[in-house]
Amino acid sequence: MSSRENVPPLSPIDICMLAGKIMLQSGAETYRVEDTMIRIAHSLGLSGSHSYVTPTGIIFQAGGPEAAKLIRIAERTTDLEKVASVNSISRQLVAGEISAEQAADQLRGIEESSHAYSVGLQVAAASISSGCFAIMFGGSIYDFLPALISGGLGYAAVILFHKLINVKFFAEFTTALLIGMVSYLFIYLGLGQELDKIIIGSVMPLVPGLLITNAVRDLMAGHLVSGLSRGAEAMLTAFAIGAGVAAVFTFL
Amino acid sequence: MYIIAQLVTSFIASAGFGIIFNAPKRTLFQCGLGGMMGWIIYLVLDPYYDTVISTVAATFVVGVISQVSARVYRMPVIVFSVAGIIPLVPGGLAYDAMRKFVENDYNTAIQLAAQAFLISGSIAIGLVVSEVLNQLLRKRKPHQG
Repeated sequence: MSSRENVPPLSPIDICMLAGKIMLQSGAETYRVEDTMIRIAHSLGLSGSHSYVTPTGIIFQAGGPEAAKLIRIAERTTDLEKVASVNSISRQLVAGEISAEQAADQLRGIEESSHAYSVGLQVAAASISSGCFAIMFGGSIYDFLPALISGGLGYAAVILFHKLINVKFFAEFTTALLIGMVSYLFIYLGLGQELDKIIIGSVMPLVPGLLITNAVRDLMAGHLVSGLSRGAEAMLTAFAIGAGVAAVFTFL
Repeated sequence: MYIIAQLVTSFIASAGFGIIFNAPKRTLFQCGLGGMMGWIIYLVLDPYYDTVISTVAATFVVGVISQVSARVYRMPVIVFSVAGIIPLVPGGLAYDAMRKFVENDYNTAIQLAAQAFLISGSIAIGLVVSEVLNQLLRKRKPHQG
């Protein structure tokens, strides 16, 4: 790894772009990304800047004679820690507590940092949540354990499949297929009572509920392109999951 | 007993989603609390009122909790609201709708899909209303952050 001294300093425009990119990739709302970029730009002395953010790319123009810049965003996850960190850097920058160089350094650090919780812990959290969801949605206490296991397996599988298969749709479809089969197996073996509750609990960590809600929020805020594309992404995911589970029912 | 089970499971489920979404460690408790409050309000209102109304009310409470926590911890509202609304999001409905589509039961599928859309709309309304309220309260102060 090269030391920080060898890295060329970022221009003010690049600092804005980097902040926007991290936030968008981590699942921040469209308006927040735009707002943060413009605030940072303003505090770095770029006035009259414009930023246009969609879920798949950012266009930023720093005002005056500057050229516009574009970043394409291919992958989006939800990483609230990064959203919070970039937000706090933007606050400090606006308040004049840190310099542009410090902000650039910190942003680079955030970009390289990985998920704070280990994969094992995430899978454990997903599996316990799945068990709890099965009970919340009206399942009996006997459905807790099957949902816990198939939910955990499903979440581990979706992480693995995302690495193996580059197409998100197929990774989700295969995972749903797996969850359907495992849940059916539990019912077949007499563990658990309601197949539907077990399956719904297990797929909750995968379903795009957040995407749907964000899509409607974007639409309400007037970000029509963002709203529609997030909505399309959500539909595709819901379709993959529904189709995967339904495929199990078709063959059994 | 039923209510206690619901309280505990909704708290754990929301906090669990906080971990999946990589929420900062010191916010996990608030995430769970928001999810629990929202879910209980939804459960209490749902038998008496329309699902949309109960969802708006529950999300509004989640929104207020998130706004307050965001102010206290100086973090974006989304950190707290995302985990809080998870029990309310129509993920199960969206999945059900798609399953019916795949099973060629289009009438039920369209109904479920429309319901899922309405519920996500009401979640958005609840969040937006709490945000508007927050902005109105904040405008009274001469200095805004």
